[in-house]
Parts: sequence; structure tokens; C-alpha cells
Amino acid sequence: MAIEIEQPSVGLSKVAVSETHGEDSPYFAGWKAYDENPYHESSNQSGVIQMGLAENQVSFDLLEKYLEEHSEGSSWGKGAPGFRENALFQDYHGLKSFRQAMANFMEQIRGGRAKFDPDRIVLTAGATAANELLTFILADPGDALLVPTPYYPGFDRDLRWRTGVKIVPIHCDSSNNFQVTPQALEAAYQCAESMNFKVRGVLITNPSNPLGATIQRSVLEEILDFATRKNIHLVSDEIYCGSTFSSSEFISVAEILQTRDYKNSERVHIVYSLSKDLGLPGFRVGTIYSYNDKVVTTARRMSSFTLISSQTQHLLACMLSNKEFTEKYIKTNRERLSKRYDMIIKGLKNAGIECLKGNAGLFCWMNLSPLLEEPTREAELTLWKIILNEVRLNISPGSSCHCSEPGWFRVCFANMSEQTLEVALERIHKFMEQRKRK
Amino acid sequence: MPLLSRKATCSFHGQDSSYFLGWQEYEKNPYDEVKNPKGIIQMGLAENQLSFDLLESWMAKNPGAAGFERDGQSIFRELALFQDYHGLPAFKKALVDFMAEIRGNKVTFDPNHIVLTAGATSANETLMFCLAEQGDAFLLPTPYYPGFDRDLKWRTGVEIVPIHCTSSNRFQITASALEVAYQQAQKVKLRVKGVLVTNPSNPLGTTMTRDELDLLINFIADKEIHLISDEIYSGTVFSSPAFVSIMEVLKDRNPKNTEVWDRVHVVYSLSKDLGLPGFRVGVIYSNDSIIVAAATKMSSFGLVSSQTQYLLSAMLSDKKFTKEYISKNHKRLQKRQSKLVSGLEKASIGCLKSNAGLFCWVDMRHLLSSNTFEAEMELWKRIVYDVKLNISPGSSCHCTEPGWFRVCFADMSEDTLKLAMQRLKSFVSSTTINNRSHQDLKNSRRKLRTEWVFGLSFLSLNDREPD
Repeated sequence: MAIEIEQPSVGLSKVAVSETHGEDSPYFAGWKAYDENPYHESSNQSGVIQMGLAENQVSFDLLEKYLEEHSEGSSWGKGAPGFRENALFQDYHGLKSFRQAMANFMEQIRGGRAKFDPDRIVLTAGATAANELLTFILADPGDALLVPTPYYPGFDRDLRWRTGVKIVPIHCDSSNNFQVTPQALEAAYQCAESMNFKVRGVLITNPSNPLGATIQRSVLEEILDFATRKNIHLVSDEIYCGSTFSSSEFISVAEILQTRDYKNSERVHIVYSLSKDLGLPGFRVGTIYSYNDKVVTTARRMSSFTLISSQTQHLLACMLSNKEFTEKYIKTNRERLSKRYDMIIKGLKNAGIECLKGNAGLFCWMNLSPLLEEPTREAELTLWKIILNEVRLNISPGSSCHCSEPGWFRVCFANMSEQTLEVALERIHKFMEQRKRK
Repeated sequence: MPLLSRKATCSFHGQDSSYFLGWQEYEKNPYDEVKNPKGIIQMGLAENQLSFDLLESWMAKNPGAAGFERDGQSIFRELALFQDYHGLPAFKKALVDFMAEIRGNKVTFDPNHIVLTAGATSANETLMFCLAEQGDAFLLPTPYYPGFDRDLKWRTGVEIVPIHCTSSNRFQITASALEVAYQQAQKVKLRVKGVLVTNPSNPLGTTMTRDELDLLINFIADKEIHLISDEIYSGTVFSSPAFVSIMEVLKDRNPKNTEVWDRVHVVYSLSKDLGLPGFRVGVIYSNDSIIVAAATKMSSFGLVSSQTQYLLSAMLSDKKFTKEYISKNHKRLQKRQSKLVSGLEKASIGCLKSNAGLFCWVDMRHLLSSNTFEAEMELWKRIVYDVKLNISPGSSCHCTEPGWFRVCFADMSEDTLKLAMQRLKSFVSSTTINNRSHQDLKNSRRKLRTEWVFGLSFLSLNDREPD
């Protein structure tokens, strides 16, 4: 998608002038339109409603309440005990209490079906940094990672920009609900080989962004076996694992490894973050969990470039060490997201729109292919522009996620109030009615 | 098992260097006044621990800043969601004001030209990614901060070519040294993309002269390359000469919008001046909007926590506080540095006359068994294991002359510093008795003194503080 443009600029690197940061894609253009005319419940009711931001705003009250009742996490009161140590703490091992709390939290989300060792947790400033860091460690410039489509548009930047690594897509389509198949894996591998790219690993997002669905156990096992056969790495980006609507439906690759007694586990690395499950993207909390000792050591050293503020580590250690709180949070958050999901699916259905059956995430994968003039990317973008400019909703076109089938759109539902979501659904309903009449 | 990348398997992380080994030894046997009085005293950590009380008292008076409150209202949600790589506007404004204040308001900075990064470590690496790539080199004056080997080279593929500086002129940069370094790079087929200097210098603890800064600007203008000025210690200049920023010199001699203007970039951080390395606050400042734009996008890989941005924007916006802090911090650093200098003198050890930083550049050449780096390592090991002081050997800073060591003075209490100096004195006395006659030692010291008498702080013998 993004092309590297070599321009002789006043002494800048190729990386600096390339477009691999991907910010000229529609994904970002929609944000710009929103910034210029943002919807507001009272002051700008005809503005653009932001449905392109995968944020979780449904559970803030739980966090705020906790902070009110436990001020020790966010204050250094009279005499400020602990402030100095905290301010000086730049050890790339990370605060032990925080790593312990993260390990527990990750276990709780997986219903205790997988254990996490705090010493295998490497902290990074967000999953953005974690994914880039892992790519630097697992692949050399010119090598390739295989990534199932559709995928999070940010990967084009995170995995490729400064690393020089390529992404080769594993094509998935609606014929089987966009699941990864052994044939698709093999085809992607061969494709990479034919272009003389050395394949270093597979990177999956589970639950999937943008599909909003968890990967089935059998598919996970196939992917793991494929990676083992080809002797390559497997990175599982599980940043949405806490947003599965039911506690039992998410299966982490960690569980599979545990049942296999961790055989062949040194090729597996998990990425996690608190940006989605806790709704704290501003605090920059990401982690790499690796079963490979050398990867853990190297990632730790590399994390010097992207450490988490010790002030933030301290706050979250306090919060996540409280098991009673985290259990309640995980459960309540799931329920609220599930309710939101039901609301949007019902609303879309009433408007005559189908979505992929989802069970996780902060968005749904909407099928507007029946509305396309022709089954092409251009037609999809035309439709997207109409939705942005006439319906005034910023949603993400499937092409920005490298979807091979035109007509699919990612629609976020957790980054707004219920009332705003109602307004959005009304607008969609009206739009579909108008189209029916035409 | 699948292989890892070349970057993962090389040793560019630099962690086999003595700089890190000393830390490891300290970790195994750390000094504690009560629990481990015979342990290793950490003097290898350039931290500023002298002014925490000022920060603590500000926070006690302004609890809302750490408590997510603005004007009595909770802004927790707003901060939790704020991940805009342009950074919190209030924080950037407070930062540019602070940076200007440190420079005596002789220069001003535009908040739109600031990029926030997770520490100066990230800022330096990000600038490398923006300005250079594999096959390129940056010229750095020696001795330099050991971490640069990792920060500038590891993931970027960029090389460092040293600009050799020596004690003959107090380690200042000369035109010929710059030219030699440039030629050296060309000889090994590296494209020189720029010069990176640390001003005030780590490990020297000195500020660069106006002449040196002029020289640098002439050089980069002539070669059409970049200049990065890492000014993370700019707030630690505790005595004259006053700090002169590259931006000030640039402003004085080159009109804006000339090419050179766009090729000078500053790196800053709150880790040293405010003593907050854990909070990960770094800054890239560039006059070139293209570089600002590229670096801003890259900062996605190392953003500053919005929680921290907010706390510090409140703190640094309090001009009464910043004025008081800067002034008191300077006084304390000066006092502490002179305690180190006089303690060293009592052990018959001199150091480079310094006016900044959190360390001194100490001359132990007369204690070497031979004028070699092997002897320096020998001496260093004895100091770490026998004297039980972790100090940084000059070789880890790529110094061309053996026998120099960086010794930090602001990362411990005054009592601990006193103890460290006592240990050093005993060591030197016993070494002297064992190895050389008193007269021999006096003779060699006299010789050294004549060589570069202006640099030594033996000059301050007359006004040293009483014990």
C-alpha cells in the first residue's frame, strides 16, 4: 500500500521521507474530517461522529471510583514517601510489583487457564512499541512477517517503517468468516519466497482487529503447527483479550502452549497492553511476554528506548494488585461491551445491514458489499466518502485494513456514549431507507 | 529454534562494556550506611538526588497535579485517552519556557517545534533514524557518554566516528580534530551526516566555549551536515562560565531561514536537571519542520505518559517554583562538586576544572603502573573491588588518554561522599607506600602540574572549604 519514495531531501534519511508511516491512508483522512467537524451532543449535533477510534470508554467510572478510594496510587502526600525512589526508577526490568500485577491480570482475563511468569514480562510504552521492538528482534531488514488480512492499519507503520521488514498478507475472506486456513498460510509463505523475502514469523491479532472475533482453538493450533514446521516465530497480539464478551470464548496461545507442556514454545511471543481493556491509551502501557529467554533479555535491553513512566507503573501496580477490583472490573467491562455490541448489531440489522458474527473487541465488521456499484476498491472508497460526508460517520474502510474483499467496514461502538451511538444508528437507518427508495 | 535478527545477536547493546559491569558489581554488593557499610559506593550513576525535597514540597502544595485534577475538576478520562503524539500543549509550552529560563532567556523556543519522547535515550535514537541510516556516520567528540554506542548505533545501523580530544587543551574540540575525524570517516567509506556534541559535556562536566560552538557551526555549514546538541545537563551549570546554547550562537550569527538554521537540533530531558529519570521525559527540538513532522510520527514508539505530562506541565508552569528550583539546584550542585574536588585533592588526585554536570573528570594518570589502557583497567578493578567505589573508566567513554575516570557526586548523601573520599585517600596512601617513594610521587605530580596547570583544580587549593 504505502510506497517508499526516495527523494533527495536536505540530508534526511530514507526512513524519514518514506511514506511507510502510512499516514496518508484513508484511515487517517477520516480522522482529519472528524477533527474539522466533530459531533457534539448539544453544541454540534450535525457533526461527524467518530466511529473509527478503537477506544474503550465504557468503564471509566470503575477506574475513577477505585482511584478515589485508593489515592495512594496517584499521590505523594505530605512528606511524599516513595517519591524519590519512584522518580529515580528507570530500571528496564520494570517495577517488580507492576510486573507481578500484570502477570496476575493477564491470568485473570484468561480465566486462570494460563500462567504467566512476571520475569518474562518486558514493559514497553504501548503495544505500538512492543510490536516494533519484537520485529527488530525477530527479523532483519528485507525479511518478512506473515499477517492475516484484514489487519490493523497501524501494523504497516509499526512492523515495517523503521525496521525495514516486509508484511506479506495471509489472505482471508468471508467464505469461512475470514478464518486463517492452512492453504492461505502456505500460499503466503510461497508468495514471500517467490519475492525472495525470508519469512521470520507469523503475527496474529487475537481477538482480531478489525474482525471483532476470537480465533478458534483449531485454527490457533494450525497456525502454531505451521510456525513450528517452518521453524519461524509466532507473535500473538492479544491486546483485546479483556474485551471478549464472554469469559470462556477467548483462547490464548498461552493456553495451548500450557496444554502442550510448553514444547516448542521458544518461538512464541505475546503482546499485551492496557490501552483497550482498561481504556488507558494515554498512559502508554504495553508488554511483551516471551517464552524465549534470549528474546526476553534482548527486548528488555531494547525497551530502554521506550520505558513506561515509573509514575504510571506505580499507579497501575496499585490498581491491578487489587484482585477483588480487577475481577469485578473484568466482569463488568465484558458485560457493558457485550451490551453495546448487541445494541449496534440490532440497530444495523434493523437498517438491513449484516455484520460478521463477533464476540470481542470494541468494533464490529460490517458488510456493505451489497451497496457497492461494483465489487472494487474504488467503489468501496466512493461509498466510504459518502458515509463520511453525507451520513457524517467516520468508519474505517476494509481496504485500509488490506481486506481482499471490497465492501467491509470496521465500525467502533465503545468510544462514545449510548446516546451518540443511537444517533449514529438513526443516521444509518435513514441512509439505508433513502438508498432503498432510489 | 528459529533464529533471532542480527541486531538481537550482536553486542551493540553495549552491555559488555565496563560501564555496565561496574553497575553489576555494585548490584551484588551495594553500600548501605547501616546494612552494608563495607559495600560498594555507587559513583557511576549520573543522577541528581540533591533537590528532591523541592519537588516533594511543590507536590504537597499541589496534590491535584498528580491526582488528575485541574481547577478542582477530575480530568482523569481526558488524560487516560490522550495519546496524541503532538503532546499536551500545556506541557510543551511549560517546557519551552523552562528551557528558555535555563538559558537566561537569551533564546526562545517555539512549542510547535518540540517533539516529546520517552527520555533523551529515545530522542537521540529517533534523531538518528530521521537523519541517517546504514552506511552513514555521526562524528562525536571523545570522551563521550558510553550509552551513545547503543542509542545511536544499535537499531539504526549508523556508525560513530570519534573526534579525538585531549587533555592538552582541556579536551576542547579543535578545527583540526574535526577535519581528521571527517577524513577518517571518508577513508572507511562512511557518509558523514552530522556532528553530535553533549553540552554541557558528559563526562567532562564542562560547558563548551563560544569559540567551540562557532567552530562547529562553521564546520557543519562548510560540510553541509547536521549538528545535534545534547543539552540534557544545561540546567546543571553551577558556576561560570555561563551556559551558552548552540541556539544562542546560531541566533547571533546566522539569520533565520538559512540552511544551517534547519540543520541544528537540540535534545533535552528532565532526567538530570529535575532528577526524574524514571518519568521518561525527553525532547527533540528542531528548526526544520520536516524533521519535526517525521520525529513526531516516530515518537509513537515512545510517547510520554499523559499522566506524567500533566503533572509536569503543572509543575513547570509554576514560574515561582522553577525560578527557585533552578537557583537552589545550582547552589547545591556547586557545593557538592567542591566537596568532591577537595576530597580528591586530599588524596592527591586532581580533576578537570568543571562548572556543570553531576560528575567530575578525574585524573588518575599518576596512579597507573604504565600509560596504557590495560593499566587503567587494572586500576579500575582495584578501585571497584578493593576501594569499593564504582566509578567509570575513561576507556568506556572512548577517551584516547588512559588514566581518566568519571566520578559522580550527586547520586549519594554528603556523608557517603565523605566516606568515599576517605577510602580513596587510604588507597592512594597505601599504594604510594607500597609502590613508590614519596619523592617520586611528588616529582611526577609536579611534572603533570606543569603540563596543564590551568586545567587542574589544584588552583583552588587556596580557597578550599574547611572540613
